[in-house]
Amino acid sequence: MTDALLTGADASTEVPLKRRLRRAERTRQVKALALVLPLLVFLLFTFAGPIAGMLWRAVDDREVRQVLPQTVVALANWDGKDLPDEKAYAALAGDILAARASGTLAIAAKRLNYALNGFRTILTSTARNLKAAPEPGTAKETLGKINPAWRERTTWTTIRDASGPVTGFYLLAALDLTRNVDGAIVAASPDQAIYRDVFARTFLISISVTALCLILGFPVAYLLATLPPGRSNLLMVFVLLPFWTSLLVRTCAWIVLLQSRGVVNDSLHWLGIIDEPLRLIYNRFGVCVAMTHVLLPFMILPLYSSMKAISPAYMRAAASLGAPPLTAFLRIYLPQTLPGIGAGSLLVFILALGYYITPALVGGAADQMISYFIALYTTETANWGLASALGAVLLLATILLALVYGKLVQGQQVTGGMKN
Amino acid sequence: MSDHSSLRTPSQRIAWTATIVISTLVFIFLITPILAIMPLSFSSGSYLTYPLPGLSLRWYDDFINSPRWMNSLKNSMIIGVASTLLSMVLGTLAALGLAQWKSRFKPLVLAFVLSPVVVPGVITAVGLYFFFAPIGLTGSYLGLILAHTALATPFVVITVGATLQSFDTNLARAAASLGASPLDAFRRVILPLILPGLASGALFAFATSFDEVVIVLFMAGPEQRTLPREMFSGIRENISPTITAAAVILTTVSVILLATLEGLRRRNERLKGSSA
Repeated sequence: MTDALLTGADASTEVPLKRRLRRAERTRQVKALALVLPLLVFLLFTFAGPIAGMLWRAVDDREVRQVLPQTVVALANWDGKDLPDEKAYAALAGDILAARASGTLAIAAKRLNYALNGFRTILTSTARNLKAAPEPGTAKETLGKINPAWRERTTWTTIRDASGPVTGFYLLAALDLTRNVDGAIVAASPDQAIYRDVFARTFLISISVTALCLILGFPVAYLLATLPPGRSNLLMVFVLLPFWTSLLVRTCAWIVLLQSRGVVNDSLHWLGIIDEPLRLIYNRFGVCVAMTHVLLPFMILPLYSSMKAISPAYMRAAASLGAPPLTAFLRIYLPQTLPGIGAGSLLVFILALGYYITPALVGGAADQMISYFIALYTTETANWGLASALGAVLLLATILLALVYGKLVQGQQVTGGMKN
Repeated sequence: MSDHSSLRTPSQRIAWTATIVISTLVFIFLITPILAIMPLSFSSGSYLTYPLPGLSLRWYDDFINSPRWMNSLKNSMIIGVASTLLSMVLGTLAALGLAQWKSRFKPLVLAFVLSPVVVPGVITAVGLYFFFAPIGLTGSYLGLILAHTALATPFVVITVGATLQSFDTNLARAAASLGASPLDAFRRVILPLILPGLASGALFAFATSFDEVVIVLFMAGPEQRTLPREMFSGIRENISPTITAAAVILTTVSVILLATLEGLRRRNERLKGSSA
């Protein structure tokens, strides 16, 4: 760039200089972008790509298509009002025989069982009893005899709705919705409708933890921002040490403190306050306490930096104008901390929404948050479609909140609170 | 508001006292768990209760002589150091580029680069699990190093970017006009100036990898289990005092990292103070 500047100065006319400057600037920009590019490519491979893949799995629906290809074709033009025609029955019988031979029937059975409980049994019993391809014209009768389910419309609409290649089934399921036999979106049956409860619980725990963090963090941030730097730096260690201590260590420490023969119960017993140990852990109380402990620094640090920026002159001015301390605090000080309150609360809330480790270790069965179910369906039951759909909902909530957060902290220096 | 000594009215004094009392309680809340777990690791008994029956180092002995724990410590170090180095290279290059790049897409790119910090760990982990399994990167060191690098790089971009904000670009120009090649200018002028930012970025990156457990839960095979991963299963099964010993070791690492970071900050402030 400097070469361009020097040679540009040598040029006699002004226009080439401008052009050269522009060209030099463009080269500079290209070089700058080239420096960012390796990271972008890297993140594409290790972050964006995987997440896009997960989102794709939330709508991907090819199992039935692969295992029962002829049935899918035969059902393509079915109006869904009556039972399908003989052709569809014959196609299904052929597909089932072929799938049994190649051992792929379980793949389709698993997918169809998600949509209709008991479908696995229908398919396996049919496969077991179907000795050979039925004579032309009798497939409908044969299948109906083997399993009466084939005389029901629901069985067939389930296959049709699972024909893919894409589906809204998992996303609907993640919101406790499903399609009925006529294709309308309706509430899922009560035994399958658990995710709204899980989302509500996740939301409730996150909001409680955020509120606790704000209530506990506000006075601390105020104290740290008000004290002279020497003393506040010293006290800052109390915030930064937990912040840097491993999440696992802190969670483990809370178990040691709160378990039935733990430090807290022993102390209360020794003081004569309780006779029986209190149940402080493996319940909602334990989850909230441990999560508040983990996330409190994320509240204190943004609050602290917003309070640090408030000039004491404002409060003095308010006092000199006759405002009582409480009025001055509520009308002068508090409004100026609002960006910090907003940023801290949003950050804590966003982090709490996605929490997995702490609830998994100190929560009971009724305290598991959405992350737990995503993990469960990924590694335990391998219902990847549902895991991905739940992940998509969580991701959407996180992105929306992060956008608000980004607007709030624009120009603010709160990156110190970004450690996950 | 630093003149709390000159509080005039009783209500102000009450409010200030309340602030101090509440803050003290919160400080106790923040620090007690970390302090309470430490002495238990030196207990001679096998129950995690006070009072301690006696002092001993048997649980540290247990830790050091357990192939499982030592392997996990080794894994944590390997993965932590490798992902720190990789995120330093990628993050520093990106921060240098972003500092010079002018475009209306810049906020978008920056948001993308920083997003691994905000996206819930489970989502990243599930995505990586699906993505890395077919190409053989689950159950491998490389897979974990790549994943941890993605999580750690934002911190390097932030810290190095922050140092570059106060960096006078004229210095690079001066170096160039004095005949330094771009590489020379970087090595001898830019690098020394952004070194504190690089160092704290490295500390953040290492801490991120060293503490990460969700991705390891999904992706690590038995061979790649890290220290937090071993702690996770240990806590799940039954907390033994060996876990408290592991916790003390992890905390010691955190304290060293924090102290180094604080030292860097102080040094930086001193330098700023002397140049002003």
